[in-house]
Amino acid sequence: MDKKSIKGLFVLLLTCLVIFAGCGKSKNKGPLVESDAPSKVYVEPGKYDEFYAFVSGGFSGQLAVYGLPSGRLLRVVPVFSQNPENGWGYTEETKPMLNTSYGFVPWDDSHHSELSMKDGVPDGRWLFINGNNTPRIARVNLSTFRTEEIIEIPNSAGNHSSPFVTPGTEYVVAGTRFSIPVENRDVPIESYKENFKGTLSFLKVNPSSGEMDIAFQLITPGFDYDLSHAGKGPSDGWFFFSCYNSEQSYSLLEVNASQKDKDFILAVNWKKIEELVAKGVGKEMAASYVHNVYDDKKHSGTSETRKSVKVLYPNDVEGALYYMPCPKSPHGADVDPTGEFIVGGGKLATVIPVFSFSKMTKAINEKKFDGDVEGIPVLKYEEVLAGEVQQPGLGPLHTEFDDKGYAYTSMFVSSEIVKWKVDTREVVDRLPVYYSVGHLLIPGGDSKKPWGKYLVSMNKITKDRFLPTGPELSQSSQLIDISGDKMKLLLDFPTVGEPHYAQAIPADLISKNSLKIFKIEENAHPYGIKSEKDARVERKGNEVHVYMSAIRSHLTPDNIEGVKVGDDVYFHMTNLEQDWDIPHGFTIMGNQNSELLVMPGETCTIKWTPKAPGIYPYYCTDFCSALHQEMQGYMRVSDKNSSVQIKFNSNQGK
Amino acid sequence: MKTLVLIPVLLFAVLFAAGCGSDEEIGIGPVKKVTLGAFDKSLSEKGRTIFDQKCVACHKFDSKLVGPPLKGVTQRRKPEWIMNMILNPEQMTKEDVAAKQLFGQYLTQMTFQNVSEDDARSILEYFRLVDSN
Repeated sequence: MDKKSIKGLFVLLLTCLVIFAGCGKSKNKGPLVESDAPSKVYVEPGKYDEFYAFVSGGFSGQLAVYGLPSGRLLRVVPVFSQNPENGWGYTEETKPMLNTSYGFVPWDDSHHSELSMKDGVPDGRWLFINGNNTPRIARVNLSTFRTEEIIEIPNSAGNHSSPFVTPGTEYVVAGTRFSIPVENRDVPIESYKENFKGTLSFLKVNPSSGEMDIAFQLITPGFDYDLSHAGKGPSDGWFFFSCYNSEQSYSLLEVNASQKDKDFILAVNWKKIEELVAKGVGKEMAASYVHNVYDDKKHSGTSETRKSVKVLYPNDVEGALYYMPCPKSPHGADVDPTGEFIVGGGKLATVIPVFSFSKMTKAINEKKFDGDVEGIPVLKYEEVLAGEVQQPGLGPLHTEFDDKGYAYTSMFVSSEIVKWKVDTREVVDRLPVYYSVGHLLIPGGDSKKPWGKYLVSMNKITKDRFLPTGPELSQSSQLIDISGDKMKLLLDFPTVGEPHYAQAIPADLISKNSLKIFKIEENAHPYGIKSEKDARVERKGNEVHVYMSAIRSHLTPDNIEGVKVGDDVYFHMTNLEQDWDIPHGFTIMGNQNSELLVMPGETCTIKWTPKAPGIYPYYCTDFCSALHQEMQGYMRVSDKNSSVQIKFNSNQGK
Repeated sequence: MKTLVLIPVLLFAVLFAAGCGSDEEIGIGPVKKVTLGAFDKSLSEKGRTIFDQKCVACHKFDSKLVGPPLKGVTQRRKPEWIMNMILNPEQMTKEDVAAKQLFGQYLTQMTFQNVSEDDARSILEYFRLVDSN
């Protein structure tokens, strides 16, 4: 057979295959990717993505930043977990950021990232993210891409329905998933119904600095508060918290917390409560929780313990709390862009209930109640329901919205995204995803003005989507085009940790504010130096402080003597560069700590305690210049009783 | 917006000037014309402070360090060239003949140290002081 006929045969075979595939094509089978998919996700080398996506790291404790539509990983921002790559949680400056009332905690489980908003639309200033295990909320500054605040939530456990914000970022909330005794104490577990409570915390956000302060905590029945979202537009002033385990069981919850047909969405009139608090309602309760703040002029974090918190019980805030019955074990509580509809995602429900805010206020005014729970009125289901999405699929979890009146719900059990019309509750499209989707995102998809171009499905199970990497696989995300009537799968990409909620925002709202350097003139670090001439070594008892400078391509000083075994040596390294993307690193042989990675104009400190006499080389760990390999130094460590005096220099013995 | 429009205009002007070969000695950058008046002591003091903070890591006057020794630089180069080298080192080491040669010799990219044109002018005044001694 000559080359031509082989080619001909190949074409024929291909044609047959295409025809055959066409015949076998059933309506809901994927993954058929449209032929224009590559051009839709291809971002030319050197060109920028259209959106930033901020994806929670789940059990990595961090925040991952991706570009959309390319799916390129741009950055991992350390938040709740130590990160030896840049010293987060290891340096003297950042250790206070991971302090808690339990002491230093090196890890957490970060679940939901939420952008700050202005007038109900993401504004690109800050990003809030929750620590689920040791209840905390962190705030990331989106000009530096650094965590600059972490506040602990007392009287809470499993800080899951968090950290969602009100439309003007007046408040960020933290609802407890695991009810516990308030105040936490030693009680029999079987006293659950009597002693265990669910707290919903409202943290006031300072409009200029972003700093958080717990304004009040609502002490509510001991259910599992799962997710939440603020009202907006007509429903601005309200917050909606889904809760399951209204059975109040405390063992084998998968069975015992799934007994009732309906659990609840708790509607909270926070504006009314705010007014009551201003009038002095509520009482201060003793508590112990930390507030950690990072100052990017001092390049240092501080941790302060707070001793009390304002608490309110349902009978303090009469007329501000209502339970809406919601089928069944609800997860997501999502509010559409108009603010009229509240969507409950019932994990075990066969429908998606859509509540109407106007019907809810009417039912409240007309007292259409079905009893109460511990003094909180329960509204009648039919009186607050706009309608149900029938046969949406199995295991509805979360809903995001586009700007054309459609909602998109993730179906965990049936592994699909279901698109439905918000006002008619009619399913218009469905797309299989691979596999078992948890959260999903649309840029601005929980705001007043979604940018309805893309949807990202964050899937829990990866299986065969990527080259195998042993038993442990990266999680899989999928980018979907939602600009047309039909959803179109565009791209798979792996993610860091286990993403839960994520948010995306047009790139120019972030990129224009991105900081390039820290100005050396503004460096207010107590051990910082502003000139190489100030580089020095000082002994204070058994502490040795090295004031070190780094600039391409040398560390000053680079010869240090007089350090003794057992000394606590603090390397305070200042990067004197003032040019974008010129970090310098630092480490020393035998360092039982992380490296330093110091940005231009910044000072960072690592502590090192030498254990044996000898010569210890140190060097810059970030390939910074042609002479990076020359960027090194020697420290001489002498015996404990040695008489060698502190001596340091550079440019010696040439 | 204004700067965006200015950039191509400036670039063109630079290319044009470079093409003519008339103004090579002033280097490439924002500084087109410096008129040196009488020595200004307080300006040179400001320059010394900035130099000690941002430049000493790489430059000495009498001997080479990371970069070339700076003694006599005001006699070797035009004031505009010196300021452009401080303000625009990356482009200078790529496109200016003298700066390219120095880069080839020292092999370390001189870095922009976030100084203003006024700062650069004060550093130049400090160099004048050093060169007068």
